[in-house]
Amino acid sequence: MTAARSDMAAGAARNGQPLLEIKDLEMKFPISKGLFRAPTDFVHAVDGISFEIAPGESLGLVGESGCGKSTTGRMLVKLMEPTGGSIMFRDREYERDVATVKGSGIKDFRKRVQMIFQDPYESMNPRRTIFDTISEPLAVQKVGTVPERETRVLELLRLVGLTPPENFLFRYPHELSGGQRQRVAVARALVMNPSFVVADEPTSMLDVSIRISIMELMTKLARELGVSYLYITHDLAVARYMCDRIAVMYLGKIVEIGPTEEILARPQHPYTKALLSAVPVPDPSIKRLPVEIKGGISKAINPPPECRFIERCPFAAEVCETNPHPPLEPRGDRHYVACYRADDIEAWEAERTAAASIAAG
Amino acid sequence: MTTISLEDLEARQIDPTKPLLEVDRLVMHYHIKAGDVSAVEDVSFTVHQGEAVGLVGESGCGKTSIALSLLRLLPSNAEYVSGEIRLNGEDLLWLSPEEMRQRRWKDIAMVFQGAMNSWNPVYRVGDQIRETLDTHYRGVMDYAEQRAHMEKLFTAVGLSPAMLDRYPHEFSGGMRQRAVIAMALACSPELIIADEPTTALDVIVQDQILKELKRIQAELGMSIIYISHDIAVIAEVTDSLGVMYAGKLVEYGPTATVFSRPRHPYAYLLLRSTPSITGPRRQLAPLEGEPPDLLHPPTGCRFHPRCPFATEKCVTNEPPLEEIGGGHRVACWHHDEVPALEGALQR
Repeated sequence: MTAARSDMAAGAARNGQPLLEIKDLEMKFPISKGLFRAPTDFVHAVDGISFEIAPGESLGLVGESGCGKSTTGRMLVKLMEPTGGSIMFRDREYERDVATVKGSGIKDFRKRVQMIFQDPYESMNPRRTIFDTISEPLAVQKVGTVPERETRVLELLRLVGLTPPENFLFRYPHELSGGQRQRVAVARALVMNPSFVVADEPTSMLDVSIRISIMELMTKLARELGVSYLYITHDLAVARYMCDRIAVMYLGKIVEIGPTEEILARPQHPYTKALLSAVPVPDPSIKRLPVEIKGGISKAINPPPECRFIERCPFAAEVCETNPHPPLEPRGDRHYVACYRADDIEAWEAERTAAASIAAG
Repeated sequence: MTTISLEDLEARQIDPTKPLLEVDRLVMHYHIKAGDVSAVEDVSFTVHQGEAVGLVGESGCGKTSIALSLLRLLPSNAEYVSGEIRLNGEDLLWLSPEEMRQRRWKDIAMVFQGAMNSWNPVYRVGDQIRETLDTHYRGVMDYAEQRAHMEKLFTAVGLSPAMLDRYPHEFSGGMRQRAVIAMALACSPELIIADEPTTALDVIVQDQILKELKRIQAELGMSIIYISHDIAVIAEVTDSLGVMYAGKLVEYGPTATVFSRPRHPYAYLLLRSTPSITGPRRQLAPLEGEPPDLLHPPTGCRFHPRCPFATEKCVTNEPPLEEIGGGHRVACWHHDEVPALEGALQR
């Protein structure tokens, strides 16, 4: 078991193919109209999204509550059954469309993927010891004997910085602080040597000082163990430190995806711009350039075919009203944007910057 | 966003040099089975008329305990050990419960943490605000006047007056928080305490609410105390900033000064460990260790077990909160050495 780590880092990269290839993934929740009536309304939580994650890569999925980011994460680890689309997963000798996997196939798949949840106070059974909690995946998958599992758990506790590990083995979650519990959650996620981990807001419940150490731990482990992350967060500043690429979701659609620094420096979708300009900056000397959008997030029940952002978009024009939701088009290096008016916005912005610099002097 | 008029609400004449609230050497403990938790220890600060003050710190640092102390809403196991809380010169700690009740909402109002839970789900929002008006303006406002006043309040915070007849579950998170702010404004208090006013909200809504609060505060001449764990949120809306650690106020001063020249190692490390989306992607400095157990707080400076500068003196002697110029106060024996940390971290 211990040897698996190094060969995993090497073995995960399969001839440059992505680890995960998601195509037209869709999740529609029916709204019940009564016991014997077929539902006619659906919440389009995730509405046909496609992206890839390379081995060892960390992709950030950002957006506001209700945009479908957590639903996407849950589908990728098969905690939810997608209503459409495919999830191609390639890892070592494994290559399958896991969207359709059922029964014992799911158990086999779960050796390779794991999840870290948001709330370290709720994601652990209070009546089980740390050893029970971390070794449970091993027991479920029938890996090793009890002494072997203990060795593995001790090794992981050391890896996530809970030292000396012997002191933690038989303690209960309530005896640990929030930061320590989240370290246990990371250890539990890594016990099976997964090649892919979905982390759903793993640091949002933690204090600032502890948040950084968990972020550093996850980055370090990703590098050492070659784990890929789907990092779900509403906090763009955290995503900046954790992710190689960022995908911005709005009402079940990915509206922009690209390398992290590129997205932050040159956001092109109006929603990304608004999102970035709303993030508070921990420096009172910096004055933010506001991009104002109208209203609140719309409802995802039977959304109209046009661009999802149209109601709130300050740049909405005729082209947006008469066409279906725009596809993701390449704009720059590995940077894709779903907006018909991206060119116009760019021109408008260049003008505004020029005007500002003339005004300034 | 809708343009909102505050003309209908009365603005207060303010004198920014006059203190409104003075917290003077406040010590507050919680009694629990295992002993005394020293939750607020010797905290002093002043809020002037029209001033926005921020208190930041991590969970358990005592910031919410201070907020609840100011309103005398602490649980029954809490004890004010010593110190004073003076509002316009009057010590709130010596008021009878009934006198204090008369001041809540009227003189000091609070915007609580978690807008989702501050409303009673079975009453219409308007009726819940009316309750406050009933308490403080009994016999002064009749039913129609109350209604008119509440409509003004709702308009002021950007809600449609028709929403007064709705139940809390019909409001979104941001709308609920706006309604909470409307309620806080109902009796035109001099001071609002906003405890994590935007923590449960999405960034875009958070931004809208913060701008709204700041505008209302400025236009109505109110003072406000923002309490948050998120230093970035506080940076943009406050005039003065206090940093708390383990029940102590360790640094206090004008917000811009504390941000550009933090002199307490904890404040410095807290700022350096806050990720930002602007500027170069600098290395974040982790803060080693965990906050202390306040049942048995460390001797001397409470930060010494985690402090890179700690010396023998810090273990035995508690540093006082001393003025180092320009209204900037720091409680650290080694505050001169903190700028050197910058170089050490970059190496």
